[in-house]
Amino acid sequence: MAKIIIDREKCKGCLLCVSFCPKGLISVDKDLNRRGVKPVKFSPRPVLRSPQGEGGSFSKGGCLGCAMCAIICPDCCIEVYK
Amino acid sequence: MEKVFSHPKSLRNVSTHYCAGCGHGIAHRLIAEIVDELGIRERVIGVAPVGCAVIAYDYWDFDCSEAAHGRALAVATGIKRVRPQNIVFTYQGDGDLAAIGTNETIHAANRGENVTVIFINNAVYGMTGGQMAPTTLLGQKTTTTPLGREIKLHGYPLKISEMLALLPAVKYIERVSLHSPPEIIKAKEAIKLAFQNQIDNIGFSLVEILSPCPTYWDMPPKKALDWIKEVMMKEFPIGRIK
Repeated sequence: MAKIIIDREKCKGCLLCVSFCPKGLISVDKDLNRRGVKPVKFSPRPVLRSPQGEGGSFSKGGCLGCAMCAIICPDCCIEVYK
Repeated sequence: MEKVFSHPKSLRNVSTHYCAGCGHGIAHRLIAEIVDELGIRERVIGVAPVGCAVIAYDYWDFDCSEAAHGRALAVATGIKRVRPQNIVFTYQGDGDLAAIGTNETIHAANRGENVTVIFINNAVYGMTGGQMAPTTLLGQKTTTTPLGREIKLHGYPLKISEMLALLPAVKYIERVSLHSPPEIIKAKEAIKLAFQNQIDNIGFSLVEILSPCPTYWDMPPKKALDWIKEVMMKEFPIGRIK
């Protein structure tokens, strides 16, 4: 199964990846990073029930390696492995 | 397990000074990816603007020059004429290219300089504090138009790409957007074509990128992307202009 690695110290917490992950695998971390923002974290299993601000629900399953999160990330924090 | 997406080599692995959700980071990455893919890292020279992207040379790992406000195309003209073997591009915002540098932009385009222009349009002056830019939309609130831009007082948004498309020496102009991953992939194709045109000696190429500025649009980053799609793209339709 594919996975992503997030550079939590570079993350600025814009949460665009959270909005664009089709599987709802990205969520906000509880702990702050050095920058003082709560970065995002990746979970292999879905953590969000429905897309933010939109209707419908996520399709089931783990990471596809589609790289939507990495393409939208303005700070190049995400590496994708497939 | 194979790495399918990571940091391009031409982009330094540093944290940028841009606000969370700013489109500059995406545009920087696209340019770095294209420079890597075309194999021109040893030949490319970027000209950084004055604006939010003023220290872009700290983020790209290839040769760069800085230009006075609005004069990036004048500097690029000089570099390209002295060193025609190099690939020269300018990276300019709307305040830089469409306000202070209108003169330099129009004349460089009219001379048909063989350079590539990356024009970041976020409808506002970012670095100086969110003032009205020539591209600010009608009714848009900025720090200098607190009641919204009015036609009588401030005129219409300036469509510099459509204006430049009238010039015979201009070879390629396209407007793209960064509001979703598919549009970012299309934007990359457009920027790549603009670089390829220069390598093939075709002539002046410009790509206008509609980019979010969540801070001065006063919106969360995702809402700023939706605003591009729903509001900004009505005034600035994306697609090939020339």
